[in-house]
Amino acid sequence: MLELAIKGGKKYYGWMTFLLLIIGVGFLHYLWQLDFGLGITGLSRDTSWGFYIANFTFLVGVAAGGVMVVLPYYLHDYKAFGRVTILGEFLAIASVVMCVTFILVDLGQPMRIFNVFIYFSPRSVLFWDTVVLNGYLFLNIIIGWNVLEAERNQVHYQPWLKPLIYLSIPWAVSIHTVTAFLYCGLPGRGFWMTAILAPRFLASAFAAGPALLILCCLIIRRVSNFDPGREQIQSLAKIVAYAICINVFFFLCEVFVAFYSNIPEHMDHIKYLFIGLHGHGAYVPWMWTSMSLMTIGIILMVNPITRQNEGVLAVACVVIFLGTWIDKGLGMIAGGFTPTPLHEVNEYIPSVPEILIALGVWAMGFLILTALFKIAVGVKEELHD
Amino acid sequence: MDSCRRRVLQLLGLSSLALTATPVLNAFAKEAEHAEEPKPVIKPNKKALTAKQWAMVIDTRKFESVDDVEPLVEACDTIHNVPHLNNKRHEIKWIWEAHYHNAFPGKAGRFLSEAVEHRPFIVLCNHCENPPCVRACPTKATFKRESDGIVLMDFHRCIGCRFCMAACPFGARSFNYRDPRPFIKEINNEYPTRMKGVVEKCNFCAERLALGQLPACVEVSEGRLTFGDLYDPESEVRELIRTHYTIRRKQVLGTEPSVYYIV
Amino acid sequence: MKDKKFIISGVIIFLIIAAFPFWYNRGKAAPAPELELTAKAKAAQVCVRSTEFMKAEHMQLLDVWRDSVVRRGDRTYVSPSGKEYNMSLSNTCLDCHSNKAEFCDRCHNYASVRPYCWDCHIDNPKENS
Repeated sequence: MLELAIKGGKKYYGWMTFLLLIIGVGFLHYLWQLDFGLGITGLSRDTSWGFYIANFTFLVGVAAGGVMVVLPYYLHDYKAFGRVTILGEFLAIASVVMCVTFILVDLGQPMRIFNVFIYFSPRSVLFWDTVVLNGYLFLNIIIGWNVLEAERNQVHYQPWLKPLIYLSIPWAVSIHTVTAFLYCGLPGRGFWMTAILAPRFLASAFAAGPALLILCCLIIRRVSNFDPGREQIQSLAKIVAYAICINVFFFLCEVFVAFYSNIPEHMDHIKYLFIGLHGHGAYVPWMWTSMSLMTIGIILMVNPITRQNEGVLAVACVVIFLGTWIDKGLGMIAGGFTPTPLHEVNEYIPSVPEILIALGVWAMGFLILTALFKIAVGVKEELHD
Repeated sequence: MDSCRRRVLQLLGLSSLALTATPVLNAFAKEAEHAEEPKPVIKPNKKALTAKQWAMVIDTRKFESVDDVEPLVEACDTIHNVPHLNNKRHEIKWIWEAHYHNAFPGKAGRFLSEAVEHRPFIVLCNHCENPPCVRACPTKATFKRESDGIVLMDFHRCIGCRFCMAACPFGARSFNYRDPRPFIKEINNEYPTRMKGVVEKCNFCAERLALGQLPACVEVSEGRLTFGDLYDPESEVRELIRTHYTIRRKQVLGTEPSVYYIV
Repeated sequence: MKDKKFIISGVIIFLIIAAFPFWYNRGKAAPAPELELTAKAKAAQVCVRSTEFMKAEHMQLLDVWRDSVVRRGDRTYVSPSGKEYNMSLSNTCLDCHSNKAEFCDRCHNYASVRPYCWDCHIDNPKENS
């Protein structure tokens, strides 16, 4: 099936070349980072996790969002989603690959990564995160590839795949829960120490993942002969609508808890993000933009008239994707570290090399995504000829 | 076909037998060779200091100005090759001075006396009995030593993931964002430096304790710092804790810090 | 087969490129390195372990030393001959073998081995002081 990824038109090769250029620039900067150290980023003693881990966290969500096509089809026999489950699974693969790459890029001694397996530490959440992420990657590769190949040969997929598919559903929930547990079990970080962090992560994931999937479906319909289907896109949109409402609701719960209790330690992180603290306020415009984007997203998604207009729907998906990215990516990480455990504010701004490396990783993810979608769409087109 | 499969299985069996022959024979040969030689022995230094849980008591009343703090920081930085970087984001500090409101956020009151407002507090790794950083480390590169309770770094194993830095409630850890060597004022040959990409922090001078010496900061503190075994009822630290009112940083989190402050 | 010319010429070009190290360096084999011992090393006559053992397993010995010192705090090594040593790369090994460039580096460069020990451990303690 791989040959379907290397046969394409000019636009396909043009897009892949463009991505390769971005990857190249990112890779060169990464070589610089390997040589100099993580000092080329904007990270500091006080904010030791930044843009890389922020993108990692967001992308774990996008990967988990793929389960939103698998669950209705396999558990509840929602036949319509049969056309698009493979797209959800392939999106999960590309996202998890980006996640793992962001972790590698963030490490101070990446050549020692195998120490995590040699000296495994079951009490460390990071160890479990490695296990569940890699497990989810392999699950999706095995399931996606075999189901697609069976479809191409017009036979039913092998029966041993069924239990794996059922396993992938709670596993998807687990990858994002474990990632949330990285943060919410740390005693020194009040902003993250909330039981609602894992549910909030999942809500944001189920908004961002399917939103990206909708955008991919609309693009696929435009550039190929395969139409994922209007009903499928609308169902996904309804999922996004509910998820984004829940995400914003959870955030408002956090705001109430912090500000009604009036405990300074709880309020300070949210104050830093939304109104600034001790004279530092670089994140303020970003957070308000995120809130506005998510609110616009809610209005456009919940209202059936705007949701059913696919042009407006595309805008809504972009807006929701960006809004959740800022909220979960930038806001959550910077807000957690600032103010520091010693109540100091040392602002973190990602540096240009850091952003370029991150863009390189995103481009790599989109390269994999494009290739995989090309294969899936190629098979679907073959069948309909 | 059956005969084909049989041939393959026979071939596999013979190959695995052949592959295991050499190592097995080698192992027997080795045993025969070294059978007479006595085995090397590894043991602690005769003068090494031991304790069940090392702890420190800092008498903050004896600190009046930053002049009282500087020798401590200087001693630690010198013997441990701690670099001094110009870029504040990349700074490495093992023991340093903090304001009351920063050392004890949420605890410092209002309307304090001038003396207390301006008093320098020193902060360092608390070598907690229940350390969240040790729980966080995915490779056990940071670990709590069973023998004496010190929370140590194994720089050979650290992958630089900085999860321990996120986990520490006291901001005690620093990361080498670049090669530290150019920034070390005077290299102490008896202690290694670190390389870029690993996390470091105060180690309660484990290398000095192993040779029978007290931590450097304690030695130069002129009695302001006391060091001893928390679980030895006769130790000086227990005596101080019994007879004075002491506080610990963020005690409510339950990490059981081993650094006590007399206020 | 189709494209016979291209396949065969491709294989030949590949073989030429893959064998490049061999035919480029023919007749230029570097001799095994000669190691120089310092006066102190010569006077000591024997290392922490026997020369054969050190040649074959000095890396494993250093591994044992580092786990023992860093993770357990035990710093004294009693060799099979009964002599006691302080387990330190910079202060014991390099105390005798203070000529790293003429001793350690000779074999390491020949074998193209780049141990990262020296990123942290001081490689010239005598010169520094």
